[in-house]
Amino acid sequence: MKYKAQIFLFIALAASLGVSLCAGNIDDYFLDILLNVGINVTLAVSLNLVNGHTGQFSLGHAGFMAVGAYGASIVTLQLGDHLLQIFGGGSIATALTFLIALLVGGGCAALSGWMVGMPSLRLKGDYLAIVTLGFNEIIRVVLTNTSGDGPFGGALGLKGIASYTNFFWVFGVAAVTIYVVSTMVNSTYGRGFLAVRDDEIAAEAMGVNTVRYKVIAFVLGAFFAGLAGGLYAHFRSTISPEGFNFLKSVDVVVMVILGGMGSTPGVIAAAILLTVLNEWLRDFEQYRMIVFALILIVMMIVRPQGLLPASLFQRKKKESA
Amino acid sequence: MSAKLELDNVTIQFGGLKAVGDLSFTINPGELIGLIGPNGAGKTTVFNLITGVYVPTAGRISFNGISLPGHKPHQITRIGISRTFQNIRLFPSLSVFDNVRSAFIMHLPHGIAHALVRGRAFHDEERELESDVLDLLDIFGLKDAQHTSCNALSYGDQRRLEIVRALATKPKLLLLDEPAAGMNPTEKEELMKLIRFIKGKFNIAIMLVEHDMKVVMGICERIVVLNYGEKIAEGTPQEVQKNPDVIAAYLGADHEVVGGAAA
Ligand SMILES: Nc1ncnc2c1ncn2[C@@H]1O[C@H](COP(=O)(O)OP(=O)(O)OP(=O)(O)O)[C@@H](O)[C@H]1O
Ligand SMILES: [Mg+2]
Repeated sequence: MKYKAQIFLFIALAASLGVSLCAGNIDDYFLDILLNVGINVTLAVSLNLVNGHTGQFSLGHAGFMAVGAYGASIVTLQLGDHLLQIFGGGSIATALTFLIALLVGGGCAALSGWMVGMPSLRLKGDYLAIVTLGFNEIIRVVLTNTSGDGPFGGALGLKGIASYTNFFWVFGVAAVTIYVVSTMVNSTYGRGFLAVRDDEIAAEAMGVNTVRYKVIAFVLGAFFAGLAGGLYAHFRSTISPEGFNFLKSVDVVVMVILGGMGSTPGVIAAAILLTVLNEWLRDFEQYRMIVFALILIVMMIVRPQGLLPASLFQRKKKESA
Repeated sequence: MSAKLELDNVTIQFGGLKAVGDLSFTINPGELIGLIGPNGAGKTTVFNLITGVYVPTAGRISFNGISLPGHKPHQITRIGISRTFQNIRLFPSLSVFDNVRSAFIMHLPHGIAHALVRGRAFHDEERELESDVLDLLDIFGLKDAQHTSCNALSYGDQRRLEIVRALATKPKLLLLDEPAAGMNPTEKEELMKLIRFIKGKFNIAIMLVEHDMKVVMGICERIVVLNYGEKIAEGTPQEVQKNPDVIAAYLGADHEVVGGAAA
């Protein structure tokens, strides 16, 4: 079907809105987990564009999430009342204000992604892993050391962020992320990401601008991580630098590896699975990483291609006469 | 416009090693030219210099009047020079179809936004492109294998697919680095036919690096001989075969190979 992707997006958005309107009937604890799942799906699918489809190893997704979370929160905390007034109040005004905050957060994350990615993506090899890891730590340390009375709130972070995040926003953003990543990759233009992953030298020789592809993947990945950060902040109402530490980045990387690098359905499944597992293991916080490590080791041995490998979903072209 | 490649006193130095020194030659439009020399003579390095993988330490390279050094490899492909690799470099996770499709990216009139919006124009464009890819695969007898992973192809077919992929960029000059390596005599015969066919059908110039003298002598109109990065002879197959320097270089190289293996 020609407009399959658009129809998927439309249905997903409509369904998110529908569920959101009757979210009052959903058990609070269950809804909490659902929203966590949605945010993690956005994080994992966007990181998969970088680590899975394009074959670059980014280890700093939580850093971009932090930029998005702080960017969006500062907009709603500092300018929220202003914006609500301009838009005339009511639920439409709230939606517009939140949308602006999310986009500012995503935009800041994309910009920082561009600044981090531009120099390191020009180089061949695993510089990106080290640079992104460093970026993640720098963001965390810098935020921790800001003044407690300033707009960033220092080590304690920001409190009293409006709870704008609901089912519609979380799953709407997740649907848009999935739409953007899959439509982009499943096109002739998108084969370039896979070509870069498979063999950069051959890709260049075939006329593929490998640096541009890597930067596009990385900046888009950072943008969606920023959106996820904004959603997270307006879901929890408080954020602190510690919430975006290296371990959070590792969580997302584990989702991508578990799901199968480059397989969007696999990565979605892994994001759901690990979020739920995380919830179960809440009382055993100190063992969580051990369990994750064990899962990864078992996966590497039993199913190195991931839960749902990409090849399973590759469209078979119909035989043309 | 003439798509003529000119190398003028090209030198590249890797630390203390002069891999190519003061090399000059020309490839005329539509010409089939061989580049030969013993192992380590610098043949692949010449390809890497032309295609922008390396930048020459000294000298000039121009194609169609455009100076190539300083251009990125993907830009040089757009200028009209395409290549294959000595060690096959297909995209292993892609199907035969997608390997060729990836070489069409550079011909796409629209970028990323087009793929995101997915309007009618996008679908028309993809369909047209699909038939272009299939036409090309059909010419080279790979159409039936379009869905298979390129890893599943026989060695000879992988080499052929790499040539098809290079042709998909619509080059004016095609550089083939040891296309017959690892092929059996029948496959080599077929390859010679294929190369002649490509030259006629696509009306392009071809430069061929090859160790198999039967292949080189059989199809090349002119041959450039390298030894230790320097040109020691140039001429028709007959002229080159009789050249005493060439004979000495190959015999010398053979002795070295034997000596190296014993050490
Ligand atoms: N990037 C590099 N750094 C250092 N030395 C290099 C580099 N590339 C090539 N060389 C050296 O340049 C010389 C020429 O190598 P090249 O691969 O061009 O030879 P060749 O003629 O293609 O040989 P073969 O027939 O074995 O393929 C060799 O001595 C090689 O070691
Ligand atoms: Mg070589």
